[in-house]
Formats: sequence, C-alpha cells, structure tokens
Amino acid sequence: MTDTTAIRYVGQSLRRREDFKFVTGKGRYSDDIKAPGMLHIAVLRSPHAHAIIKHVDLTVAKAAPGVRLALSGTDLAGKIGSIVPNWIIPGTKVPDRPVVAIDRVRFVGECVALVVAETQAMAHDAIGLIDVDYETLPSVVDEEAAIRDGAPQLHDNVPNNITTIYKIGGGDYGKAAREADQVITLRVANNRLIPTCMETRSILAEPNVDGSLTVYLQSQVPHMHRRWIADTVGISEHQLRIVAPDIGGGFGAKMHLYPEELLCPYLARLLGVPVKWWESRSESHQSTNHGRAHTEALEIAFRNDGKVLGLKVETLGNVGAYLSNMASGGPTVNTINFGTGAYKIEHYEARSRVVVTNTVPVDAYRGYGRPEGAYIAERAIDAVARHLNLDQVEVRRLNFIQPADFPYRPYSGPATIYDSGNYEGCLVKAMEAFNYDFRSAERDQLRAKGRYRGIGVAAYTHMCGMAPSRRLSLIGFNRGGWESARVSVDSSGRVTIFSGSMSQGHGHVTSLAQIAADVLQIPIEDIDVVQGDTRQVQAGHGTFNSRSMAVGGSGVHVSSTRVVAKAKKIAAGMLEVDEADVSYQAGKFSVPGTDIASLKFGTVARMAHVGHQLPDGMEPGLDETVFYDPKGMGAPSGVHMAYVDVDPETGIVDILDYVAVDDAGTIINPLLAAGQIHGGVVQGIAQALYEEVSYDADTGQLMTGSLLDYAVPRAEHVPSIRSLFQETPSPTNPIGVKGIGESGSIAAPPCMVHAVLDALSPFGIKHLDMPMTPPRVWSAIQKARAGADR
Amino acid sequence: MIPASFDYVRATSLSHAIGLLQDDPDGNKLVAGGHTLIPTLKLRLASPALLIDISGIDELRGIEVADCIRIGALTTHAELLASKPLREVLPIFHQAADMIADPQVRNRGTIGGSLANADPAADWPAVVIALKGELELAGPTRRRRIAARDFFVDIMTTALEPGEVLVAIHMPRPNRGAKFRYRKIRHPASGYAVVGVAATLCLRDDIVSEVMIAITGATSRAFAADSASTHLIGKPLSTENIAMAASLTGEQAECLSDHYASADYRKHLVKTEVSRALASLNGA
Repeated sequence: MTDTTAIRYVGQSLRRREDFKFVTGKGRYSDDIKAPGMLHIAVLRSPHAHAIIKHVDLTVAKAAPGVRLALSGTDLAGKIGSIVPNWIIPGTKVPDRPVVAIDRVRFVGECVALVVAETQAMAHDAIGLIDVDYETLPSVVDEEAAIRDGAPQLHDNVPNNITTIYKIGGGDYGKAAREADQVITLRVANNRLIPTCMETRSILAEPNVDGSLTVYLQSQVPHMHRRWIADTVGISEHQLRIVAPDIGGGFGAKMHLYPEELLCPYLARLLGVPVKWWESRSESHQSTNHGRAHTEALEIAFRNDGKVLGLKVETLGNVGAYLSNMASGGPTVNTINFGTGAYKIEHYEARSRVVVTNTVPVDAYRGYGRPEGAYIAERAIDAVARHLNLDQVEVRRLNFIQPADFPYRPYSGPATIYDSGNYEGCLVKAMEAFNYDFRSAERDQLRAKGRYRGIGVAAYTHMCGMAPSRRLSLIGFNRGGWESARVSVDSSGRVTIFSGSMSQGHGHVTSLAQIAADVLQIPIEDIDVVQGDTRQVQAGHGTFNSRSMAVGGSGVHVSSTRVVAKAKKIAAGMLEVDEADVSYQAGKFSVPGTDIASLKFGTVARMAHVGHQLPDGMEPGLDETVFYDPKGMGAPSGVHMAYVDVDPETGIVDILDYVAVDDAGTIINPLLAAGQIHGGVVQGIAQALYEEVSYDADTGQLMTGSLLDYAVPRAEHVPSIRSLFQETPSPTNPIGVKGIGESGSIAAPPCMVHAVLDALSPFGIKHLDMPMTPPRVWSAIQKARAGADR
Repeated sequence: MIPASFDYVRATSLSHAIGLLQDDPDGNKLVAGGHTLIPTLKLRLASPALLIDISGIDELRGIEVADCIRIGALTTHAELLASKPLREVLPIFHQAADMIADPQVRNRGTIGGSLANADPAADWPAVVIALKGELELAGPTRRRRIAARDFFVDIMTTALEPGEVLVAIHMPRPNRGAKFRYRKIRHPASGYAVVGVAATLCLRDDIVSEVMIAITGATSRAFAADSASTHLIGKPLSTENIAMAASLTGEQAECLSDHYASADYRKHLVKTEVSRALASLNGA
C-alpha cells in the first residue's frame, strides 16, 4: 500500500480522463485509419456447414473491375502457417486449421477465397463472381449430437469429435453419494452467445520502407498478436509493429488469432501496399468467435438440512469447427475447476470433454469458463434449496466457504486456491440493500393475489490474472502470467506510464494513473498512460481474465515505488544527508526535524537527467521497468440479487430491481468499477433473458445472422443496477486488488434464472434453460398448467 | 455489407416518379426513408438497377386534420409521434409511433414505406385498418383509393400494381367519444410486433356502438377481427364479452411460427392483447 500522503487518488471516483475524445467524436479506431494507396480485401465465406471443396474458379473475379488479386486456399497453402491454438490442455488433439479452407469447409462463414481490389465495393462485387463447386456433407452443430455414434466426423485426427478430456476433483464423490440423504440430477445449458462489440473488427497492414510492417488491429493483447502473426506469417517480431488504437469493446473476442489478421499482413508484404479488411455486422456473426455453448450434467448429493456433500459434473464444451486460441482451456480448467463455486463441497468429481462441431469457433467471452463454472455451482445449490423447499439464502449460508478457511483450496484440489473473501459479509450487505425480508413478504402477498414475483440470489467466486508464469506450462497455457510496466520520468518530473495492459473501454488511462499518482505523490494531470503500440510499450500480455489492475496495476505500483526509491537516493545526495533521514511527502523530499529546504520531485528528476550530482555508481535517468510476475491469483467474489415480475400470459420477465455486491479487493476507482459491474451484469442479463445463437440442426445454417434476429439488450431491457462493494484486500499483490471486469457476467445469469424460477414456483416449475425468452417462459407455464390439470 | 452498384434519381414530381417506375417496374425501386430497402441492398437480397428517391415530392408530405384526416405517405414516424392536431383526434398514432423502433429510425422511416412494404409484423397496417383508412394510390393512368383492409395481400405483398405509388392515407374523422388503443409485444431483437393490436371503440350508454380491432404480427398480413366486432356491437363491454371477443379473434388468426415464437404462443398473445386492449378502453 502507498504511504500516507496528502494526495490520495486510489479509491476516488475520478471521471475518465479519456472520455473527452470519445464524447466529442475524436476517438481514433482502426477503421478510421487510412493509408495512401491502400487496397481492400473481401472474403468469400462458406455457405455450407460441412462440404468438400471440389473446385474454386477465380477466373471471372480476377477479371472484374479494380481487382488486383484473387486467391483460394490452394493458392495460399504453404505460404502462411496454420492457425494454432495458444492454450493447449495436455493430451489435446489439435485439428489443422488453414487460414483459408483448402479442400473442406467445416462451418458457415469459413474463409474459402478472397479478393484484393481497389475499393471495398469492388472487392465485395468481385467475391460474388467466384464460382465454388461444393459437395455437401452431413453436419452436426450440437455438442451432445456430435459425440454420438455415427455423428458426422469433422477431423481425421479427432475421433468422436472430442479434442480434449480433462478431469478434476477431490474427496470421494461415490462415498458422499452413499452417505447423502438424497441425490438429484440436473442438466443445465450455457447458451451460445455472440460477443457483440460495438465496433466490429477491422485490420490495416501497412508495409514500411525499411521492410518492416505496421499492423493496425483492435487487439486486447497487442504483444501476443505480434508474436502470433510473426510466427504464422514468417516475419521477425522486431520487424512487426502492432498498433491497437481506440477499441470499441473486446469482451474476449479480440484476443484471438483470426484468419484476416494473417491475410492482411501477408498480402501487404506480397503486394507492397497497405491492405485493409473490414467486417460488417452480419459478417461478424459468422466470422468472429462465439462464446459459452456448454451443456452440463450435474449430480448433487446432499443432506436434508441442505448441506451439499458432493457434486459430480459432466461438461460438454462446444468449441465449433476448430480449436481457436484458448478453446481447449475454457470448458476445462476455466469451467470445472470452479464448479463448486463459493461453496465448501468437499467431494467433487468433474470431467469435461471438448467437442468440435460444424459451427463458428467458440472462445473466450467475458468470464470465459467462470460463468459456466459458477452456473454449475449456483444451479446445484438452488436445486437443493428448491428440492428441499428451504430458503435460498439459508442454504447458501450453510454451504459457504467461511472467512477463516482462506486461503482455501476447494475440494482439496491441486489447481485452485481462493486467496481471501467474506461471502457472508457480501450476503448481508446485499440483503440489506435489497431489503430482502420486505421483498420476500411482498412477493408472498402478491402471490396470493395471482401475481408472480420472484427473488433471485447468486453467489460467486473465481480467480483472476492467470499466474505465476512458471505454473502456466502445467496447463499448456503458452504465455507468461506477468505484465510489464515502465514508469518514465522526464526531466521536468512529468511521468509517462508504458503499460502492457490494453484498455478496450476500461479506463486504464485513469485507473493506472491513479495507482502511480499515489506512489509518486504527484498530481494525476502530470501522468500519461501509453498502451497498445508494440514499438512504444516494451512488452506485455494485454487485457483479459480481469487481470489489468491485479497484474498490470501492480506492475505500475512496483515501478513507481522503484522510481521513488531511486529519487530518494538522489535527493539524499543533493541534500547531503543520509538516505534514511529523507522523507518523501506530497511530492517533496525533506529532512524532518531540520531546517534544510525541501526538494521538489521535478528538481530531483532534473538532477537524474543531467546526472551532475548522483550517488557513486548510480546510473543517470529516472525510468523504471518491471516485468511483474504475481506470486498468486486474487479471487473476487460477490452476491447478487434480482427482483422480477413475470406475466404468465405473455411470459415477459420484468426486472424490478438488481443489487450487486462485489468484493474485488481494494477498489481503485469506484465509478469505473461500478461501470464494469453494470456492463457485465447487462451482458449476464442478456444471456439469461435475450441472447442465443441458433443453428438449424439439419443444415447447420446460422439462424441468428443479424441483429434483427439476435437480441442484444437495449436500455429498455435492463433495470437500473445498484452496485455496491465490499473490500477484502487480496494478499497476493501489493495493492490488494482482485479482478472486476468479469464479475457481472458471472453472477447475473444464475441470479436471473433463480429469480424467474422463484416467480414461477407456484406452477411447480423447477428448471428453465437460458435465454428465458417470453415464448419459452410461457410454454413452461402452459406445460405446468396442463400437467396440473391431468 | 456493401450494396451492389445502382443508379439513383431524385424524382421531382409524382408523375416523374411514376414515369421512372414504369420504365422497369421489376428492376426499379422507390426509396423514401430507406429503412427496409437499404439493409436489403446491403445484404444483396435485392439489386435494383435504379433507386427513385421520392423524398422531395411535396404532394406526398403533410398531416391534414379536417373533416377527413389525410396523412401523406412520406410522413415520418417521428412526425406522427409529434403531431398535436393528430394526437387530439386520433391519439392511436402517437401510441403506435412511440413503440416503433428508436428515435433514429423514427426520424427517417415513413408510414408510406411501412405500409407499402407490408411487413407482416409492422405496426401501421393494424392502425390504418382499425381506423377504416383508405390508401390513395397513383398510377400511370389513374388514381384510386383502396380500403386499408383490402390493401394487404400477403407477406410483403400488397394490392399496389406495377407502376403505382402510395400517395396518402385517408381516414374519416372519428365520432366524438371514440377511444383508441395500440398495444404491442415487441420482438426483443427487431422491435417489430410479435403481436400488435389496434382497437377503436365507441360506447353509447355503456353499449358498444362501434368497434374495430386489427391485428398485426400474428399472421401473414394484418387483418380486421370482424368476428370480434360483430360479437361486441350492441353489447356492454363486460369481462365476458371482452373474453369472447378475444377468443374469437384468436380463432380467426392463422398464426405464423418461427424460431422465436410458435403459432400457439402468437395465438395466445392475440387473445391476451385484444383482451387487454379492450379492457383498457373500458372506462378510459
């Protein structure tokens, strides 16, 4: 933690310093960037879910106006490497994924051919002139269908369409089941989602005169993209500059390697001119990775007082046609490691199978695996409470991990460790804010009058900021867990932070500067933050897994601390006193108890730069860089509550109130943290009530091809969200922070499901799958009524 | 995506537009607000050779409230939402316009475009049927009027003949004391009506003297619920009579089914929404 000072920025709700440019329309997004003489790519995409490509005829397209080049997968074979995953769970069978399909397509939307033309319109006109001869094959889109005997097989090296089998657990589930009073089973599904970023993807690759290449790309992970593109296209990393300008949302979708990200750099080098690709919204639905797409079979063993003794989980994770970047890790480590959630369930047996299907690849989407894991735990606890007709709050209390248990290893397992938390504290705070007792009474009164109100509760915990680096190889995660931060002080004492984290709307220019300002004890206006340019920022891993404050922010804290330590040494020399006698307060170095005049931070910075009077052996400059590798991971937690009204005649769910109490450790900026909760909760509510990608089971056609069919919530669809925090600092890093970005999307889906189930409990409805659309809710009620009539 | 290339002419008069349309009735398309046509072009589901922009034709503009009410085909949803004279006489225009899409769409989209496009889930078809409106059509050789209830033929199909342009919608001034209600269950993605109900009602001494109910969204075209009207005329607006009217409307509807909502669900919504629309007019 920082020293006590007059200036303290951490904990203040500062407005975002970067907003002025956004609200005045001055943001600079990748599609805003044009290069003189640039050419445009359009990609021809497969109309079939599964087919053999017999022939691609480019003749007519090549002759079309403005066309410079037309290429099929065969033309590119051997020129660019295949797209390989970056997280490969040991034992995984990795199917080959060419950048452009060569002899077979495996999902609607897969790249089949491309055209480079003088204008975007010419390129799009020309792809319509490409003639492809397909021989269609049977397809499979559903993960349960894909592993059945006789299912269409996607890849020769992936028998039964299963790439990965992963198991985790502890204790003895069989024993728990035998000793339990009751055992129930439940099948739950995590609906497939489209990570709808406001800004669709676009890429501009521009060759430089020195033979290097600049790629403008909306990347959450610029340095990772540099490595992947370099490795796949065959350019050295130092010759490749990735610039990630302002980004209109990422949510995980912009941290993978996509074909277009390889095509633009390859073609720009081949043709010696800048090459741009831009994705339309409907194209995005079939070319940008989807999220979730799980089914889980649960078996829950419990006592009649509500104590859960054991849990058995069978997960099927649908990853689409190929293994995208992190795809084998999501349904496995990220999901079932967390399947016991916030609860002490000592006997746990979980298996996950990763399944390929004829659909768009599925990869990380806000929470990646942790929403699915929390859904397992929460639906299981809720099912026990519902089955026993016990209060949903009391059953949670009975099963919670207790404050004295931390650090806690769930099910005594090998991989997961929760550093800290106080779930009861969050629960009490949520119940008070929600007015739980009053609402419960109100719900019961209205129920007697034929109104269907429901209260939902969900608790969660997970882990953020995958680290430390040395442990990541064990799970096949082929990158480090560290983050780099350079704190560079100029000769006037102003500071630039170069951070490997990458804001996509998170507000890092504000929050990272708040962390540095407290340590450096200078006004935040004197601190700038640079991210997203691999030629400026020394190194990094970017932003995902709610890691930017816990890892990136800790790095900024460490570098800033080192700057102050060095400056103190310089000041001691200038003041001709012992370093131990120097105090640094409010931007001034002084010697307490003396009348020695103090030195301003800027004065010491100038001395560091001119180097006239430095301690013996000290290098000039005031510039510190750290590659901060955390010793462990922080575990955020929280309790959310929702109050809903269900209209049984239309099935419409009206959300009357939503309270989120989240414990993300020390909160850097409550305003930005609440913003993260709001956004995550909205996406979680969207999963629970609105969003679902649907495929035609027979043809493999994408039915939700545009925003006319795929329901992204509008303002009218979501309630006013009340966000509160509890701060239990994480002992794993110097600033006590955990992650916040994913919490909302983890807690909201089960919270909403439980609220609707509570409202529908008079009908005896015990389970509903997401999204709980009005037709689906109405059908469940009709079915229950028909059953009651019989 | 990006539309295929097309030619564009801004028509200077109605006869100019009709003449251009007549040149190639299958290949040339009128564009006003463009809120259905432009997305269709972008998806390359249509590739007209020529777009005839009619947005500058004065004759197609304006809201006139006199003994009759005339609404020009180019009137935007936003203008219908904002018009005070119209709201005083036919508040249902305000009610329905308020439920159409969002302000951006309402500022561009036109009532004429919506009617001529005949999307089975559009709002205005139900409204103009319920108001016993007539649509004024201008063709190469004649002008004619057609009752709104006869205009909608099937999904995206109307009684417009090749070369004809929708000019205006005409409605009789309603009786004093007439009441109006538009209700709609919105599709969560598109905002279009899964089911929409437009109802107009006159009560004389608590007895229904006039009633007209029209439904959109449920079936392949907006329709008038005649059996419900016939049942209600001359009867009090009791709970039982409302329930019977709702049930009759539901029975009349041959509902659509899609991957969002089943025909059964739509039929139930028709009954629910008719019942709620009528109940809201009782004593209103």
